[in-house]
Amino acid sequence: MSEAQHIVKSYGQELQLLRGLMTAMGGIVENQVALATDAILHGDAGVATRAVELDLQVDAQEREAEQLVIRMLALRQPMANDLRQIVGAMKITAAMERIGDYAKNIARRSIVLGEHRLPFSLAGIANMSRLVQANLKLVIDAIGENDATKARQAWQADLAIDEIYNSIFRELITYMMEDARNITPCTHLLFIAKNLERIGDHATNIAEHVHYAVTGEPLREERPKSDGSAFAGARLPDDMDPS
Amino acid sequence: MNETANSRPAQSARAAAAAGVTAARSDALNPARIAIRGLDFFYGTNQALKGINLDLPAQQVTGMIGPSGCGKSTLLRVLNRMYSLYPGQRAEGEVLMDGQNLLAPEIDMNALRSRIGMVFQKPTPFPMSVYDNIAFGVKLHEQLSRSAMDERVEWSLTRAALWDEAKDRLSGSAMGLSGGQQQRLCIARSIAVRPEVILLDEPTSALDPISTLKVEELIDELKRDFTIAIVTHNMQQAARCADQVAFFYLGEMVEVAPAAQLFTAPKQRRTQEYITGRFG
Repeated sequence: MSEAQHIVKSYGQELQLLRGLMTAMGGIVENQVALATDAILHGDAGVATRAVELDLQVDAQEREAEQLVIRMLALRQPMANDLRQIVGAMKITAAMERIGDYAKNIARRSIVLGEHRLPFSLAGIANMSRLVQANLKLVIDAIGENDATKARQAWQADLAIDEIYNSIFRELITYMMEDARNITPCTHLLFIAKNLERIGDHATNIAEHVHYAVTGEPLREERPKSDGSAFAGARLPDDMDPS
Repeated sequence: MNETANSRPAQSARAAAAAGVTAARSDALNPARIAIRGLDFFYGTNQALKGINLDLPAQQVTGMIGPSGCGKSTLLRVLNRMYSLYPGQRAEGEVLMDGQNLLAPEIDMNALRSRIGMVFQKPTPFPMSVYDNIAFGVKLHEQLSRSAMDERVEWSLTRAALWDEAKDRLSGSAMGLSGGQQQRLCIARSIAVRPEVILLDEPTSALDPISTLKVEELIDELKRDFTIAIVTHNMQQAARCADQVAFFYLGEMVEVAPAAQLFTAPKQRRTQEYITGRFG
């Protein structure tokens, strides 16, 4: 709908400031995820440390956004699209803060992972992280451009992430069964994949908030989902099968 | 065997209570008490209302919002035909109540105004005692014994949340009441004749915040018995009080919707611009 100017200019400026905070925060968490992924793929502890340190900025920005939201709710008594944007901002920045935490967790695990020899490729994780980062970028663009179509695209794109997560899950279990020495690094990789999957879920939640804020319509229909890891297992080799 | 059943912890009182929670306010609207159909209104040659279609749901509050001059107060004046006191003002279309068109010339004005009460922006107590302010209107329509009248006065003041403050000064002048009390007295006066519909034209715009909240609480109470329409410039007030809200602009009704929907996700661009303060 419309984006005519507010009669009270400072109100419009506050809304712009809030949007700016969200996109800036989005930029930092995007960067965190990229750094954390580099740290895993290249075993670079310096890069991992940078990803961890960025989290302080993310936390500070979340607090700033929250204060601004509370102030605007009290002083502006927002209505309609303004109300949806402002309440959405609080939820979106909270989701971004969680994304930052997951990225930090991935970066920390990369340091432990660097101490182990990995006799297999990390192509699956690299691929999953690429998809997660692309989706995160799409949803942050949706925030910056107030674009419900992009939000819906991001919301639908989570399916591919869930699918690749399922295949990584099975792959890692197989490595662990092949050689017990793989158990420690593979367990870390499982958590890393799970964290990436959660980042994807938060991006999806952000997409829902953006869509509602822009259109006033919730994304109601059933979202395509494919996280089957709760039921997944690897088939035992025939000589170990108790049946 | 029983172990499996018992191993499940008993549901806490909190969880049970949460399961029973239902939404405090639903968007569901009651059937119409008054149905406005194709209503046009003219001040001389100037058309102030254009083709209004609106239902006032029974025992619910309809809020009317819009910039000054949009026609919302005019619409209230049409509903109890106050306009017919002035030459050159005329209404076309229908205002239906119990299948009867209130705009029809054969309608008895006195009876109509006892069915549809009105409260104005500024408190307008009569320069007489608190008691007589209420008894005055009742006497026009009903012959009551002294004790029946006492009861009616107490009932009205109680329903208007003024009894506790006024019961010891019933014979004192109404002009000695505070502004908020005077406004509640006017509401008591309008409900004393037991109308079916109450029209409130910016009833709290001259009141302080606490008195305003008292009147809003009163509106919430009154809708159990009456159908209410309120014109207000205070959007938060409309959001708090109304079940459905209609937005008027330049004599047209732009949008009507349940209050929660209109204020969170209006359908029309002009409604959104107005309620978010982006107008013009």
